[in-house]
Amino acid sequence: MALLDIQHISKSFGQGEVLRDVNLKVEKGDVISILGKSGSGKTTLLRCINFLERADAGTMVFDGQEVDLHRAAKKEIDGIRKKTGFVFQNYNLFRNLNVLENVTLGLTAGRGMDKEAAKEKALDMLGRVGMEEEKDKFPSQLSGGQQQRVAIARALATDPQIIFFDEPTSALDPQLTDEVLNVMRKLAEDGMTMLVVTHEMGFAREVSSRVVFMDGGLVVEEGEPKSFFANPKDARTRSFLRLAESVKA
Amino acid sequence: MSQHAWETVVQAFPQILGKGLTMTIPLTLISFAIAMVIAVVVAMVQFAKIPVLTAICRFYIWVIRGTPLLVQLYVIFFGLPSIGINVDAFPAAVLVFSINEGAYGAETIRGALESVPAGQLEAGRCVGLSYLQIMWHIILPQAFRTAFPTLGNELISMVKDTSLAANITVTEMFFQTQRIAGRTYETMALYLEVAVIYLLFSTVLSLLQKAGEKRLAAYGRQL
Ligand SMILES: Nc1ncnc2c1ncn2[C@@H]1O[C@H](COP(=O)(O)OP(=O)(O)OP(=O)(O)O)[C@@H](O)[C@H]1O
Ligand SMILES: [Mg+2]
Repeated sequence: MALLDIQHISKSFGQGEVLRDVNLKVEKGDVISILGKSGSGKTTLLRCINFLERADAGTMVFDGQEVDLHRAAKKEIDGIRKKTGFVFQNYNLFRNLNVLENVTLGLTAGRGMDKEAAKEKALDMLGRVGMEEEKDKFPSQLSGGQQQRVAIARALATDPQIIFFDEPTSALDPQLTDEVLNVMRKLAEDGMTMLVVTHEMGFAREVSSRVVFMDGGLVVEEGEPKSFFANPKDARTRSFLRLAESVKA
Repeated sequence: MSQHAWETVVQAFPQILGKGLTMTIPLTLISFAIAMVIAVVVAMVQFAKIPVLTAICRFYIWVIRGTPLLVQLYVIFFGLPSIGINVDAFPAAVLVFSINEGAYGAETIRGALESVPAGQLEAGRCVGLSYLQIMWHIILPQAFRTAFPTLGNELISMVKDTSLAANITVTEMFFQTQRIAGRTYETMALYLEVAVIYLLFSTVLSLLQKAGEKRLAAYGRQL
């Protein structure tokens, strides 16, 4: 059974239909890149899956448990959040806490782990993203790339079954983008399940196991990266990819 | 200044300062502490948009901020006894100053809470914290730093405002000064003297406030 199986999710903001009828399956170990132009509903999709936004309708089976995306109870939501991680476009590190505390808080307060064990685990995670040296610094003292790597460590620390990434590198300049993408590449190699909204075609092509293209609140096309990039079937996919190529060139 | 005025001022000094230290300052600190508890609760209720309670909080703030502090003191100290509830002067003053500053402080803290970016709350949810945990560990500490200078100013205002408690027979600094003035007729000298002592208190508090701001800035740098 798929780790995450989303069916018929829809969401409107006022008059605007942002998600029409999106279906998406994520197997354990999948790295799925979600592509699509601005406003196509990618962020909204991730936010609905983690209940930062309430979908108007839809169901989801996560880790064998079925939930109604519109009606889910607080308890179900808490349960799902404890098993997932989220990495934001603008990092959202806790500004009043240092790097180490940013990573431990979800373990101590969130999961009742004792301080020493949480610290050990956090240092381990910070090591994985190459940030253990900055453990005592505050977010405002770090570069964007460093902040995003800490945010990844924070998400990793809680042993999520899947991590959602919403354009994790789009606020970063190219060099910092690479340091974050390298961390994500390593996670993929370690078998982490990831759902990644991205504009990084290189990442989508080389790292992901599947690519999903969204347009106008619908999944228009999806497939393995090779065939997706080599023979896109839908006209909208083709024009999107052409545009992406031309921007890069 | 005349010999008599000088002697009066010198003799009055320990008496006025003494009342300042034993009445004005405790009245201020106790009231402010209670006010901060009220303010945090009232601000959080509104921030969380808890249905009926939010309306009650808005009403409380509307009434308190829309009426004079002096009138509030009179209602509690002179008004309540007429319906059979007697409150001693000092507790009555504490009650009024707490409730009064609670309303102003609530607005300050609510503004500060709302200035914390929504992403902080969302990130807290995503690492599996409950709403109250997020408030406690993330939102309130950040809001406190934002609110600190304004709350500091409110505390300094309160020191001065406690002089109004003289009207309800609290024997604080100003009341003491009035007494001595009534006896000695050195009104100018004595009222200037008490003004200088208030100034002294405010100045010390401002310095503490500055030091506090510096420490907060050092801890965690600018947000
Ligand atoms: N809270 C909201 N209130 C109203 N409209 C919203 C809200 N959030 C998103 N929208 C609208 O929904 C549409 C889809 O937004 P969404 O952020 O999901 O797009 P996206 O694919 O992530 O785009 P981008 O690549 O720019 O991040 C947009 O038209 C946006 O204006
Ligand atoms: Mg987006």
